[in-house]
Amino acid sequence: MDSKIFDKLKILAEAAKFDVSCASSGTTRDNPGKSIGSTSGWGICHSFTEDGRCVSLLKIMLTNCCIYDCAYCANRKSNDIRRTTFSVSELVELTIEFYRRNYIEGLFLSSGIVRNADYTMERMVRVAKDLRTVHNYNGYIHLKSIPGTSRELIVEAGLYADRLSCNIEMPSEESLRLVAPDKNYQSVYTPMQYIQQGFLQGKEDRKKYRHAPRFAPAGQSTQMIIGGSPDNDMKILSLSDALYQRPAMKRVYYSGYIPVNTYDARLPALNAPPLVRENRLYQADWLMRFYHFKVDEIVNDAHPNLELDIDPKLSWALRHPEAFPVNINTADYEMILRVPGIGVKSAKLIVTSRRYGQLTSGHLQKMGVVMKRARFFISCNELAVSTVHETGTEYVRKALTAIPKKKKKKTDDGQLVIDFGVGG
Amino acid sequence: MLYFIYDNTFEGLLTCVFDAFYRREFPQKIVGKDIVVPLFTESFEVITDEVKSERVLAALRKKISPSALRMLFVDYLSEIEGIEIVIFHYIQKAVTAKQSIELNFADADVLELSKVYKKVAREEERVRQFVRFQKTADDIYFAVIEPIHNVLLLTADFFKNRYADQQWIVYDTRRKYGLFYNLNTVETVCFDNLDISPSGNINPEKLAESELAFRDLWKDYLKAITIRERINLKLQRQFMPVRFWKYLTEKN
Repeated sequence: MDSKIFDKLKILAEAAKFDVSCASSGTTRDNPGKSIGSTSGWGICHSFTEDGRCVSLLKIMLTNCCIYDCAYCANRKSNDIRRTTFSVSELVELTIEFYRRNYIEGLFLSSGIVRNADYTMERMVRVAKDLRTVHNYNGYIHLKSIPGTSRELIVEAGLYADRLSCNIEMPSEESLRLVAPDKNYQSVYTPMQYIQQGFLQGKEDRKKYRHAPRFAPAGQSTQMIIGGSPDNDMKILSLSDALYQRPAMKRVYYSGYIPVNTYDARLPALNAPPLVRENRLYQADWLMRFYHFKVDEIVNDAHPNLELDIDPKLSWALRHPEAFPVNINTADYEMILRVPGIGVKSAKLIVTSRRYGQLTSGHLQKMGVVMKRARFFISCNELAVSTVHETGTEYVRKALTAIPKKKKKKTDDGQLVIDFGVGG
Repeated sequence: MLYFIYDNTFEGLLTCVFDAFYRREFPQKIVGKDIVVPLFTESFEVITDEVKSERVLAALRKKISPSALRMLFVDYLSEIEGIEIVIFHYIQKAVTAKQSIELNFADADVLELSKVYKKVAREEERVRQFVRFQKTADDIYFAVIEPIHNVLLLTADFFKNRYADQQWIVYDTRRKYGLFYNLNTVETVCFDNLDISPSGNINPEKLAESELAFRDLWKDYLKAITIRERINLKLQRQFMPVRFWKYLTEKN
């Protein structure tokens, strides 16, 4: 094997590492005959890197040459770094060989922009096309669509890829214009629109003709950088909410800003990436997608930012003590979901089991409800316990944010220790 | 105390149920043949009988859904100590109850079995995640793994479907058997003396030509994709338990 491959892989993987998306879920594609690959609904993570992120797809760039000069990106044209490019056949071979060894679930291909958007996109589509048509590969393919790509190429990409994505990068257009002078929302939203139209068209066609080709069956995703601009959480979450209203949009990813170009004064200097804030945003995102929360319940004009020391669900509960206690034997599923300490799984267990008889707090504990949190917000026809009404919200907040004291290790070295009250 | 002794097969376990109802004697514990029964306990050795186990299955099919039946089998595969008696109680309750008990998670046995089911399913998924094939000189993709539950059989269809055009072996070193796909069907195989290093590697001479290069490429890739500003080793271990690292290409 060519030893250049090793260098190329290192450089181009390094270049792609800030893309958050690694999901391989959303499509099921069985292997129709004797060829390679299948896609299962949930997706599989094959490894985890030392930063705790999963490696499901071979996340890589076709090239790290780029004509754009975006302030947040390590591959911007003004950076003096090694540039290299994969040939289509090299990348296809690498994907297939990794796949055969069960290293990966598929390919996530992105690229720097060479010459223009269409030229770049065409070469990315060629990789996907080769995999699907020449190698009969049925694994997962995620293609990044380059801002400003034409409709024809998006349509072709959708035929081979499971998911397409187009990164919105910044939570507001002003911030994007500031840091990425070559991009604007128009250039991001247009391909997004094409993907959405293709997705809907594909669904419509399959209703009429059973064998009509599927168009990007896993929909599209996008990503924005958190903490690189002055935008508040309300701005961010309203934007994601608006994006989730679009039919093909499956995921919005948040990426805590990591300064890669420290010399650029347009971006803030941070000591550490805003990991807690990123986590809270994901929690809020989950509340919108799985817990029936509306965006203005999580953040609004009175509370434009998420609290960092408690999660958004607890935060909502403390702001709305009037909604509690929830009687777990009679309340609606939606209301049970809102109890801090009860997740989707336990909520479902509760509503199915209570048909058989009264549930007690003992049952809840066994089902996996975090009673430490939930006890302030529920009642289950038992003796009265102190709920949030009796204790007050401040007490609950303190009780749940207190850092548990670490137990001191008992050391017994057979020596009597007498405390003379001397400091030390 | 009454112990039932069975031969560690699922049919044996079902025969236990039949015999218990037939003899009107219900065990406190059901143990495998290899377990030594404590002193002063009564024991009864159940002889596996397909006719009896089929009758229990038929009775169960009338009472519970196919997915609940599958759950019982998966629970049996967990090989957790004492799981037999929980399955026994579940079946006992299921066949005597007027309505299906399978969604009554307030019942301790139902909840326990559904929890064990999740554990086994999780382990099955981990096998799918962490199996790493090495290509041998005779074009067989070979992998070893050491799951805590006996889940290899559950993964057979998945691997068969995914790697339909390559011959592969997934070998369980804890239970000393494996699955072999010969491009048509999946068979179980046992090797008496398996020639692998402690970290699961095959003798390099027997490997395909470019195998070692791809292994290095994979290791390099994982290093390059790591964001050093976000190192979080605890999170890594949480998702990828250390007990699987022994055979992971990237970790040895």
